[in-house]
Amino acid sequence: MLGKLDWSAVPLDQPIPMITSGVVGLAILGVLVWVAVKGHLPYLWKEWITSVDHKRIGVMYTLLAMVMLLRGFADAIMMRSQQAIAYHSQGYLPPEHFNQIFSAHGTIMVFFVAMPFVIGLMNLIVPLQLGVRDVAFPTLNSVGFWLTATGALLVNISLVVGEFARTGWLPFPPLSELTYSPGVGVDYYLWSLEISGIGTLVAGINLVTTVLKLRTGGMSYLRMPMFCWTTLATNLLIVAAFPILTATLAMLILDRYFGFHFFTNEAGGNVMMFMNLIWAWGHPEVYILVLPAFGIFSEVVSTFSGKPLFGYRSMVLATMAICVISFMVWLHHFFTMGAGPDVNAIFGIASMIIAVPTGVKIYNWLFTMYGGRVRFETPMLWAVGFMVTFIIGGLTGVLLAVPPADFLLHNSLFLIAHFHNVIIGGVLFGAFAGYTYWFPKAFGFRLHDGLGRAAFWFWLVGFYIAFMPLYVLGFLGMTRRMQHYDVAEWRPWLVVAAAGAGLILTGIIFQILQLVISIRRREELRDRTGDPWDGRSLEWATASPPPVFNFAILPAVQGEDAYWQQKSRIKQQAPEKYESRYEDIEMPRNSPTGFVCAFFATVMGFALIWHIWWMVIAGFVGAVATFVVFAWRDHDEYIIPAAEVARIDQANLTERYALAIPGSAS
Amino acid sequence: MSDTAVAFPGSDPRQLRSMTGIVEHSGPASKRIVTGYGFWIFILSDMVMFSAFFATYAVLLGQTAGGPSGHDLFDLRNVAIETGFLLASSFTCGLASIAADARHTVWFQLAMAITCALGLCFLAIELREFTDLVARGAGPTRSAFLSAFFTLVGCHGLHVSAGILWLLTMMAQVFAKGFRADIQRRILCFALFWHALDIIWIAVFTVVYLIGSAR
Repeated sequence: MLGKLDWSAVPLDQPIPMITSGVVGLAILGVLVWVAVKGHLPYLWKEWITSVDHKRIGVMYTLLAMVMLLRGFADAIMMRSQQAIAYHSQGYLPPEHFNQIFSAHGTIMVFFVAMPFVIGLMNLIVPLQLGVRDVAFPTLNSVGFWLTATGALLVNISLVVGEFARTGWLPFPPLSELTYSPGVGVDYYLWSLEISGIGTLVAGINLVTTVLKLRTGGMSYLRMPMFCWTTLATNLLIVAAFPILTATLAMLILDRYFGFHFFTNEAGGNVMMFMNLIWAWGHPEVYILVLPAFGIFSEVVSTFSGKPLFGYRSMVLATMAICVISFMVWLHHFFTMGAGPDVNAIFGIASMIIAVPTGVKIYNWLFTMYGGRVRFETPMLWAVGFMVTFIIGGLTGVLLAVPPADFLLHNSLFLIAHFHNVIIGGVLFGAFAGYTYWFPKAFGFRLHDGLGRAAFWFWLVGFYIAFMPLYVLGFLGMTRRMQHYDVAEWRPWLVVAAAGAGLILTGIIFQILQLVISIRRREELRDRTGDPWDGRSLEWATASPPPVFNFAILPAVQGEDAYWQQKSRIKQQAPEKYESRYEDIEMPRNSPTGFVCAFFATVMGFALIWHIWWMVIAGFVGAVATFVVFAWRDHDEYIIPAAEVARIDQANLTERYALAIPGSAS
Repeated sequence: MSDTAVAFPGSDPRQLRSMTGIVEHSGPASKRIVTGYGFWIFILSDMVMFSAFFATYAVLLGQTAGGPSGHDLFDLRNVAIETGFLLASSFTCGLASIAADARHTVWFQLAMAITCALGLCFLAIELREFTDLVARGAGPTRSAFLSAFFTLVGCHGLHVSAGILWLLTMMAQVFAKGFRADIQRRILCFALFWHALDIIWIAVFTVVYLIGSAR
């Protein structure tokens, strides 16, 4: 009846997961009760859960990322503290638990923090920057988000029911095969990533189509803001790379569930084929994460330097070059496989070449700042912190791209330090810069400035103290994923690294405080101009938060930095009475399809993990039926009448002009 | 290009811009284009997924673990008939698209019904081949080569099955709602999907069966 599931799946004898999940469960229950008692449930259902508005979906993606960041960071703190005390002792985490923690940490941070964070920001901002009213496929957008949430949910369920993978964030066979990992851990990993991978693919298709086919009049390719370009490159990579992940994990599933022989030791299976396939996805994935961050920094640096982006066209070229070359370097993840000097040399050179366009970008940002009136607002702090940190991470990456050096450093803590250096210093700093920069656009008030600065400094200093020792440890020969050790020289460095993690924790606490206090003081922090940072691209041309239709009249673009030009024209010639011809606007109707579909996907995923076959069928039929019902509906749009559009738009414009040009209010 | 045109990029006295193809961008595309384009991108991603399975098949082709190879197992005459059914279904699917454009219900339903029947014949032959192989002890668990074979060909078969469900849904939708704009867009996507499955089958025929039976 319940497949492999019984009470022994719940780890009642292990205090850490039980207490953690108990507290989290109580918190979730508390929030749900509070929401229900206060009567917010209908509001949540109508305005958020079933919303197909790209802005709302973007906010939900970002929120998911920030919540999962807490979970992933809790894992990090446990690993750092375990290694700080596990010298000549077992520490407090038994090996099988420690192995689950580092696997969950990597999986969560990559798939459920970094990915939803960048996809959320792209969703929120790209249609606004392109000057259009929505993404190409609004309902699919909602489906994509909820499937991502399903994946995150399944990973977290593994904390209480059963176990998570002990194989690392990529399940390398033969360890991940049934023979060596008979439990449900790897199955949790596989199904949560298959389901959320479909969500990511949907988001990718949606955003590629949006950028290529939905741009306002005059927004030719070479007038798009840099963030739109990096969004295009990232989502092209998603479309081209994620199917490889889906196929590879499907093969491992077939091995585990039906006894196929793709990656097994016997009957001709090929383990190294898994390495090749997974990294053919995995290396583009690195750029899927970092390219949007590059876009965010381009916007931030240009805005806070008060200058157009230096070398815009070279930036476009660099972005697209990275997009292509990122598919030609995957083998540098396993130089030690023994493919031979010629193959290793080719991939080593390709890996060094990909640093060139990245270097071009760094110089472009520096030259954008050069001669500009730089304002060191919080997003700009993250950008400058990024440039310094990312260069160090990039250089250690080039070092690892040299095959002989890689043979020495492979799977050592040097590698760990390198990729945290680029992922934290690049992706996460970029996400935080974008979060601070676009928060007023999404909600209509700024984040508290002082607390944001404090969070930045704790993160930056904490990062260096946590990860620079790992470079040293790599040279001292410490390999990754060690539950305990007996080398005396390693100990002090690991203690310092743990202290650094503590500083980052302080930074995170400041970020939580910043959000809470900003919400409480939102009236003081209110942005009535719609353009709090003196921005340059079209997202600042509409109100904060934007009306559901984004733009009452689609803006006509006449050059790069479209909104900056518009502002310059208005400053030169005082605006006449703002007269416009408004028209009815068609907007897509909200739909519960995404949520219902994800519900059935969760049921199906859970049932597949525990081999509860009747429930698998029920979940599958439910998900398909949801789509058929959705396909059958007759009215998928509603009309906002011209008069209503005019009222909203005139109120917004009057307020903006009154603030921009005092005395002009009529 | 004259010097004036270079000095003032905004002015364009000789309409050089439109001649060189840099036409002023005129705003968001129509829904039909957006839907078709987006679906086409999906098909590309699907082909990338197939390419991973093709690569796997190529790597594992010789890994028969002492079991039967493609040369022992594949019946090319059978596969040729199978291919004939699928290609013919693509032709009738094209006829259905023409009928949908002409908003001719009877021809549309007829062409779709024939497409469905041809697709089912294809699936029946494939299923018979699979059950036959399993009965001869050459199932997917026999060797890495057979794992790759069953996965690649089976994945295509699953796509065809999903396509047939979609086809039936479209017939029902046209019957219930007529050739509405959104239904026309779905028919366009369905046709793209069905033809893409043909393209993939050509690769399956060549790589799996022709090259596979040479080993």
